Amino acid sequence: MASDVKTDFAVQQDRIANDIEAYLHEHEHKSLLRFITCGSVDDGKSTLIGRLLYESQMVFEDQLTALTHDSKTMGTQGGELDLALLVDGLAAEREQGITIDVAYRFFSTEKRKFIVADTPGHEQYTRNMVTGASTADLAIILIDARKGVLTQTRRHSYLVSLLGITKVVLAVNKVDAVGYSQDVVEAIDKDYRAFAAELGLTDITTIPTSALKGDNILVPSANTPWYDGPTLLGHLESVEVEDQVQHQPFRMPVQWVSRPDLDFRGFAGQIAGGSIRPGDQVRVLPSSRVSTVDRIVTFDGDLPQAVAGQSITLTLTDEVDVSRGDVLAAADDSPEVADQFEATLVWMAEEPLQPGRPYLLKIGARTVSATVGTPDHKVDVNTLEHLPADTLALNEIGVVQVSLDRAVPFDPYALNRDMGGFVLVDRLTNGTVGAGMLRTATRRADNVHWQAIDVDKSAHAALKGQKPCVLWFTGLPSAGKSTVANLVERALFAQGRHTYLLDGDNVRHGLNADLGFTAEDRVENIRRVGEVARLMVDAGLIVLVTLVSPYRADRDLVRSRLDEGEFFEVFVDAPLAVVQERDPKGLYRKAAAGEAKNVTGVDAPYEAPESPELRLPTAELSADDAARKVLAMLTDAGILAP
Amino acid sequence: MTTTLTHLQRLEAESISIMRDAVSESERPVMLYSIGKDSAVMLHLARKAFFPGKLPFPLLHVDTTWKFQDMYRLRDKTAAELGADLIVHKNPRAVELGINPFDHGSGMHTDIWKTEGLKQALEAGSFDLAFGGARRDEEKSRAKERIFSVRTKDHRWDPKMQRPELWRLYNARVHPGESVRVFPLSNWTELDVWQYIAMQDIEIVPLYFAAERPVVDRDGTLIMVDDDRFRLHEGEVPMRKKVRFRTLGCYPLSGAIESEADTLSAIIQEMLLARTSERQGRLIDHDAKASMEKKKQEGYF
Repeated sequence: MASDVKTDFAVQQDRIANDIEAYLHEHEHKSLLRFITCGSVDDGKSTLIGRLLYESQMVFEDQLTALTHDSKTMGTQGGELDLALLVDGLAAEREQGITIDVAYRFFSTEKRKFIVADTPGHEQYTRNMVTGASTADLAIILIDARKGVLTQTRRHSYLVSLLGITKVVLAVNKVDAVGYSQDVVEAIDKDYRAFAAELGLTDITTIPTSALKGDNILVPSANTPWYDGPTLLGHLESVEVEDQVQHQPFRMPVQWVSRPDLDFRGFAGQIAGGSIRPGDQVRVLPSSRVSTVDRIVTFDGDLPQAVAGQSITLTLTDEVDVSRGDVLAAADDSPEVADQFEATLVWMAEEPLQPGRPYLLKIGARTVSATVGTPDHKVDVNTLEHLPADTLALNEIGVVQVSLDRAVPFDPYALNRDMGGFVLVDRLTNGTVGAGMLRTATRRADNVHWQAIDVDKSAHAALKGQKPCVLWFTGLPSAGKSTVANLVERALFAQGRHTYLLDGDNVRHGLNADLGFTAEDRVENIRRVGEVARLMVDAGLIVLVTLVSPYRADRDLVRSRLDEGEFFEVFVDAPLAVVQERDPKGLYRKAAAGEAKNVTGVDAPYEAPESPELRLPTAELSADDAARKVLAMLTDAGILAP
Repeated sequence: MTTTLTHLQRLEAESISIMRDAVSESERPVMLYSIGKDSAVMLHLARKAFFPGKLPFPLLHVDTTWKFQDMYRLRDKTAAELGADLIVHKNPRAVELGINPFDHGSGMHTDIWKTEGLKQALEAGSFDLAFGGARRDEEKSRAKERIFSVRTKDHRWDPKMQRPELWRLYNARVHPGESVRVFPLSNWTELDVWQYIAMQDIEIVPLYFAAERPVVDRDGTLIMVDDDRFRLHEGEVPMRKKVRFRTLGCYPLSGAIESEADTLSAIIQEMLLARTSERQGRLIDHDAKASMEKKKQEGYF
């Protein structure tokens, strides 16, 4: 093979040397293929990538010198060039304590540029492979011809299908080690197809290869005369990748509203589906207003048409309200808008999923608050078996229900990756902790025209002659929350204000009678009380809430559900020693005696507010003084008249 | 009918999308502008991303005072033409100590002027997001760099804080004091950059093109004598050779190659036929075998 290959490249080098202009012109029209390689080092994965880089001349002389040296000292090929070392470099990374995850490699041929997502390492395999697969057009699944379809082959194929990659190359590698046997390769092919069909993978190209020897990588191998299919590189160069997504209805999440001056108002984004022309009708989601595309604006001049994948700026013929995160879509074929979904979730953080806890969810150009329910089930990636689960740990995959704090436009992930893929971000660490794929909406936002409600919050408030708000009293049990809140409500009532006090103990007898004291139930307890308080604010009331509400994230979620200036966090701050001394309900005595569990401050954490609107040190203040401070705060904030 | 986007169209669209997202998700973005060819491409893409508006962020040049004169000229010309807000930062401590590559070596020179200077400039501007022109193909350890890379309060790169990046969804959220480095050219190769420069007719520093220049030989590396601060050996007279540079930095630390390539296509031709990688001309990479990994952990861009 080697001599053929050299000749091939010699031709290319000659062309570069003799007619660079023609060569460049050709290369300007190359397309791009992104693919992922799945397999372990043992299957020859690094050798395969190394060979592709080497054969396409992406290896320079200085690198080659280093490689020759490394092959002698650390190589496994008896002093011959060990191509795996081109991509491995893992030993050094391990020594430096660098996380080995997804690496991207590049090479190009006459016809295409390639980006390879390489995911070494066994430990974090799921997280890494899912990451690499999320941007891949095609997957190469490597099988060691001596071993056939293994558990890991099933795992890789499941992840490939999960991430929506439809094109698979089955590289039956190390065929040299089985005597280039047609029977072996065909048996593996049959095995694999039977299994892959269950996953919905049907577009499979099987190629017998030896990455080590170069068989069927670049040129057809004389060792496999029975094989008349394409070589690996030949297939990668010619496989059709112009996504289905171009033939889908138009979709574009708005990333940036461009307003350089009063005359121009453009909506910038990368097209996630279909194509668009001036004159096309588009629907703005979630508002559902319809307008018409006026221009497709780019730095290089206006375009007559733009397609999926392009980054453009659209102007519309009407003055409609569009903000970052909205989606512009084909008016007659627009996506659904919903706030509850069933999704497949891949967990990517050390700290497991906390059902009920609010996370940030980013989809398209929009970030919203989201909670995830207890998984319906998790999937054993090796057997594809569905198992019961309370949570998802690192690298676990499950089907979950996701609830958002507002409705978002979406398409099922299977139809459109960019309209149905999302990441979850932890509110405290800001880390990306999960990746999900929306399957279906479980509750549609059937009335997306919120503005249709004529008697709205301001109307309710105006009738009562007041500004509605929530006073959220948080603190340890027995810190004095209810005592102070009662005094405040009496004072407000005396002033003719319309109020309501939601007491944490009382709601547990009715609204939340079904909830206990586990972390998950506490989260739900607070979410419900927060939602009720929000409805009451909508109705124009001043709402007082007394709830231990020990977690910052939960209180922040309630805050995020209200408008700016409507949420007052009042930290009723009494030291543990003081509340243990007071202990009117005998809670702390029970905790000390081991009769009560999950008592906040004792064996359950309390996260104090970092910047509450008001802090009441009740060990130093009388209840009356504390109440006066709350009223003074409301006056300062303009809720009460001075 | 399907329209096939070329690889450069796809790369361009991706970079633009990254920039729009990054600017939307940060409070105070800034673009690191080093005046090299990658910076030139990044800046060109930024103009496209926010067209017809102006750049929604300032350009920051962390100056070492030892760049080539041609680089300063292009920097000032570009900023004036675009009406861009250009911040030039020179580490006052380095100015005071007179740090230079001759007395202090390339390691200390780079560390104080660039690494320390960059931290100062980012802190002075309270920037929470900085664009950089690094590419994944530059070096093996860059291959797994994220497009959005979080830096701690003291600008260190913590491998444990690396966030998974899926689809086109980037996470730019940071705590106060932390920042994000964003690399819109992550998926470009050196060849892509050159082809794009040729296709889009992007102005680059003339030093990339071969011309007769005064050089001296330092241990097999040709160094250009760009101004009278250069320390010539006794009796040494610079030779005039037709040379060009594959990468640009501080002139006493940038190795020139002998070349006849004085057009873009000739440069690309030379690169395609070349047998050494681009970073070989960059002296700081060889110094003390300090890996890029280590430099990144310390806050080098």
